[in-house]
Amino acid sequence: MTNLTSLSLLEQIDGLKNKKFSSEELTSDYLKKIHKKNKDLNCFISIDDSAIEKAKECDERISKNKGNILEGIPIAHKDIFCIKDQRTTCGSKMLDNFISPYSSTVYEKLSNAGVITLGKTNMDEFAMGSSNETSFYGNVKNPIDLERVPGGSSGGSAAAVSANLCSFSTGTDTGGSIRQPAAFCGITGIKPTYGRVSRWGMIAFASSLDQGGIFAKNALDASLALENISGFDPKDSTSINKKVPSLLKEASSKDMDHIVGIPKSIITNIKDAKVKNNFEESIKILENSGIKIKEIELPNLEYALPAYYVIAPAECSANLSRYDGVRFGHRCEDPVDLNDLYSRSRAEGFGDEVKKRILIGTYCLSAGYYDAYYIKAQKIRNLIKESFSNAFKEVSSIAMPTCANVSFKLNSIQSPVEMYEQDIYTIPANLAGLPAMSVPSGKINNLPLGIQFIGDYLKEGIILNIANKFQEQTDFHKQI
Amino acid sequence: MSEVDNSSWETVIGLEIHVQLATESKIFSNAPTTFGQPQNTQASLVDLGLPGVLPVLNKKTIEMAIKFGCAIDANISSRAIFARKNYFYPDLPKGYQISQLDDPIVGEGEIEIEIDNRKKLIGVTRAHLEEDAGKSLHDKYDDFSAIDLNRAGTPLLEIVSEPDLRSAKESVAYLKKVHSLITFLEISDGDMSQGSMRCDANVSIRKFGESEYGNRTEIKNINSFKFVEKAINHEIQRQIDVVENGGRIEQETRLYDSSKNETRPMRSKEHANDYRYFPEPDLIPLNISKEQILEIRNNLPELPEEKKLRFVSDYGISEYESQNLNSSKELSMFFENIAKKVRYPKNAAKWILGDLTALLNKHNTEIKNSKISYGNMINLLNKIDDESLSGPGAKKVIELLWESESSVDEIIHAEGLDHVQDEGDIERMIDTIILENPKQYEQFKKGKDKLFGFFVGQVMKASKGSANPKTVNEVLKKKLSQ
Repeated sequence: MTNLTSLSLLEQIDGLKNKKFSSEELTSDYLKKIHKKNKDLNCFISIDDSAIEKAKECDERISKNKGNILEGIPIAHKDIFCIKDQRTTCGSKMLDNFISPYSSTVYEKLSNAGVITLGKTNMDEFAMGSSNETSFYGNVKNPIDLERVPGGSSGGSAAAVSANLCSFSTGTDTGGSIRQPAAFCGITGIKPTYGRVSRWGMIAFASSLDQGGIFAKNALDASLALENISGFDPKDSTSINKKVPSLLKEASSKDMDHIVGIPKSIITNIKDAKVKNNFEESIKILENSGIKIKEIELPNLEYALPAYYVIAPAECSANLSRYDGVRFGHRCEDPVDLNDLYSRSRAEGFGDEVKKRILIGTYCLSAGYYDAYYIKAQKIRNLIKESFSNAFKEVSSIAMPTCANVSFKLNSIQSPVEMYEQDIYTIPANLAGLPAMSVPSGKINNLPLGIQFIGDYLKEGIILNIANKFQEQTDFHKQI
Repeated sequence: MSEVDNSSWETVIGLEIHVQLATESKIFSNAPTTFGQPQNTQASLVDLGLPGVLPVLNKKTIEMAIKFGCAIDANISSRAIFARKNYFYPDLPKGYQISQLDDPIVGEGEIEIEIDNRKKLIGVTRAHLEEDAGKSLHDKYDDFSAIDLNRAGTPLLEIVSEPDLRSAKESVAYLKKVHSLITFLEISDGDMSQGSMRCDANVSIRKFGESEYGNRTEIKNINSFKFVEKAINHEIQRQIDVVENGGRIEQETRLYDSSKNETRPMRSKEHANDYRYFPEPDLIPLNISKEQILEIRNNLPELPEEKKLRFVSDYGISEYESQNLNSSKELSMFFENIAKKVRYPKNAAKWILGDLTALLNKHNTEIKNSKISYGNMINLLNKIDDESLSGPGAKKVIELLWESESSVDEIIHAEGLDHVQDEGDIERMIDTIILENPKQYEQFKKGKDKLFGFFVGQVMKASKGSANPKTVNEVLKKKLSQ
């Protein structure tokens, strides 16, 4: 019998619909595998064994032809999405005891579409990190090489898809937290346009940058999953009130022509020759599939990283103020007074990376520094938006590497700046609020690399279509 | 305290007035804003500041703020943008308050006040929208404080005045004017006892003729007109005393203790928070169109100033009476509904501003909670107007109306106030009084005219105040001269 867990989402939907196998079988296979492999990978924070019962209900509905689009598909959620009556930790000791009284829109939408939740995946604490090493629940290991990191912050979700522990998974991307782990784990990951996916119930790190997205085995799977979490939500004022097109249809369309822009100065400056070589090879593949390539200028992107490391910590410093030990979350024992309650609860509940960013953010917003840091960073952000909007007058997508390197060994990066540089190619899309995705583009020493496609505002369909065309020419996405 | 001469000191006051807007739901959540509910029952996920929740602006608050802006002829911003004001406090669930910093919804405007028949314009610097905090309950438990988040997220319009006020009296006049505006606009119930309108006063002193302001203190959260006057007066005197004794005023926040009639330091501004304002990323700027502003401006209700003048011409009352009757929309409506139905509207004004207001003050409440209905007030005034009830009798009736469920007629009957209009009754009363007070009668006869008043008093007492004083005078003169 075929290994059900390694089938793509579309193959699984087809199999369930045509009764080749049941959701119960599929779910049971995943759960067995999770219990076997999670000890090594540590990609799940919680595992929901009641998924089997839900699978039986899904099978009932499928047998009556009443199944929804994703009926019976077992998936995993990043533990940043609140689920009613379930623990939602955000990878932090602060929320170790937090049982959410409500569910996120992303969870609700996928549940309504028929999915089964196998569990909640490990992540960097409050989504702050690029290696999944900052989690209170321990680091996640890369399924491709257990000595290496899966990337972050959505490391658990990436590893779970890469190790075939779920059909697809949800993630969030503030500065690259979907694309970088997707690249490190050899899978496909997409962060849509800011505002495409509701942030209601998605625990905030940096509100103006956070965006929910999808990890999947390929671009078509990702398009269908993304379609099912997208859409306007009156509970999120920043969500976009525009109808979501059929992304699967757009991704698989044969009628789209593309001009992919290559930002010359960025490519020239890639330090690692092998990474550069891989990117150039990928561009050749695109050309072979009939896609036009055009060199472009994309000025000011070199300022994206410093701007991001002002804006994101500034927003996080306010977003994380609610964790004060008063109403929920970690509270220190026997506080002597209010200050003691605050300082000890927060000192004990937050890890070092989170504290560091709260301090940076607080500093940047302080009287006398606000103009020099926050205002300047916002100016840079506007310049970057402008660069992109100029570029999109000439091209339909922009390609660059997802990362400057392949996955690194656990604990091998000690310098915070070196760690922050992990996001050098991914951050610009967050600052501009644009859709971007990473697809596997080959390997260096058996470790996967990704190529990134950035699209214009609301043009997820275009980058998914390019990614699909790339995947029709390659089998890198099948090498996990 | 040494004797000081205050006349060389000029007082400079600016008020920050927080007005709770009368929306059904909160400014950023759909939780109800009902006052006086069991603790923490009016707080939603958003008000609790749970992880992952997001604010959604209640657009009604924008409308209400624009109404206020139009009423004071202020510039209205073309967009509503919010900012986070960061500080830690247990009744501030998110650790920041969503407020406005740059580009407040209402810009510069002005409000006219009247003091001793002198009109003065007070500048309004700005009015901005923000969310209220919850309440910390420190006295409820011995070992710990409790938090009630019912109030958290209630919409506030913070109205900031220029430092144009020069006395406690002016400050109260300004506050009353704002109160009447917000109630006429129906954007707030303005109930200070429930905290719907709260006031912070910035007070400083300087020598007359000086152009620089002195260091100011901010008196926080004063919750009645009376206390505003007392607190400011106390603070002015305290500052003068400090300076005249060679001291220096520290810029600080002070709390007014109404039980001791004093202000005391709360926290020093020098140790004050740096609020680290930055634009609220969870809310996108909301555009406000010129059409929307025009629409609101064209549909403003009758404002206190217009209504005041109309009352004077329609009902023949004085400008002073009209001013007081228009101190709140509800009072003005109460008056007008009655004035339309009685013979002498001026009498209605007199009784509403006199005895009824005294009763309201005594019970520390406002006209909307009055125990005296329109119907009863009209009945009472009709009896006064046709002189079937005396002034003192009416005073008695109005007091009893407050305390009982009875009608005007029932009270008059039960208290025996309805018979003594009869001259015969009064004559019989006077006969008895003369018999019971032979000494005074004799002295009066010997020419001690002052005692006439004594006899009037006795008759009024015997009639429980119900006798018509004019009749009493006439009958007494007749009887005593016999």
